[in-house]
Amino acid sequence: MISAYYFGAISLILIGLYATLTKRNLLKILVGLSIMETGVNLLLISVGYVSGRTAPILTEGATPQTAVDPIPQALVLTAIVIGVATTALALTVAINLYEKYKTLDIEKIRGLRG
Amino acid sequence: MVKRALAIILILITGYWLANALAQVPFGADKMLVGKYYLENVKDQTGAVNAVTAVVVNYRGFDTLGEVTVLFIAATGVAALLWRKKRERTAKSEGSVVLQTGSRLLLPFIMLFGAYIFIHGHLTPGGGFPGGATIATAFLMLYLAFREYEIPHRVFEPLEGLAGIGYVTVGLIGLAIGGYFLFDWIWQTWQLGHDNIGRLFSAGFIPIIYTLIGLKVGTELTGIVDNMVKEPKEGGQ
Repeated sequence: MISAYYFGAISLILIGLYATLTKRNLLKILVGLSIMETGVNLLLISVGYVSGRTAPILTEGATPQTAVDPIPQALVLTAIVIGVATTALALTVAINLYEKYKTLDIEKIRGLRG
Repeated sequence: MVKRALAIILILITGYWLANALAQVPFGADKMLVGKYYLENVKDQTGAVNAVTAVVVNYRGFDTLGEVTVLFIAATGVAALLWRKKRERTAKSEGSVVLQTGSRLLLPFIMLFGAYIFIHGHLTPGGGFPGGATIATAFLMLYLAFREYEIPHRVFEPLEGLAGIGYVTVGLIGLAIGGYFLFDWIWQTWQLGHDNIGRLFSAGFIPIIYTLIGLKVGTELTGIVDNMVKEPKEGGQ
């Protein structure tokens, strides 16, 4: 049986995947991608968690023996920033598509292309 | 309908596969290998109390330089894709009185909070990236409240470039002093702040780099906001 935290993270990934696969509005697809990204970040963080320990900030009261793994958190920090960058770029492409085709429906855009 | 059914089947397969793979990773168990080394040596080697910041800026500083570069390329891409000869704000009305007064009142505090987050990156949760994003929200609020508002481009664009150059310069000074790129010369060679661990003036170059990153991320995200709120003038493609 898998942990509830893994289950939640996997559910978020799958919800995002479903939205990306079935929605026709480009903005909804981007929302799906963002949900997927959140799920992946949560999964990484929960893999790095150690039961009963605190955040890896070693001020008074926290020693290396009572801190969780700092590396997944550092990697997720990177992933969040890259996620913001890619989302901004994708939204810009969506703006350009709307200016050109006056619609965000990907089926219609495909029909108008030729 | 077929598409939806296919999507659900694909999701079930993916979910089953992910769950099976993760069932062998025990939740909450101590799986640290290199993380243990970082936690035990972080105070001596970097002077930072926040191990996450030490990993991001000091141990993996080169990786973070790449990350900043990715953000820069994305901001440049946004600007390039939205580039038109004539662009202007097209908001029909000013923000409401509440929004205008509130943004005037809150602006200095939001900026101060963002600066606090990136200056104290080595002590508290946070750092250059969230601090910069907080500062960018202050300018987003100004854009929402005032129809005619526009950021001072002459200040923002040079500041962004100077912050990036500053990061590389700090790394190159490390190369000259210690023999490798992004060597922490303030902490290891000058030994500044060794009796000050856990206070603001410690952790070598981490506060300097995080301040530069904060300025860079703040100006870049503000630039993205500025590009996105403007629309091309009618007939002026």
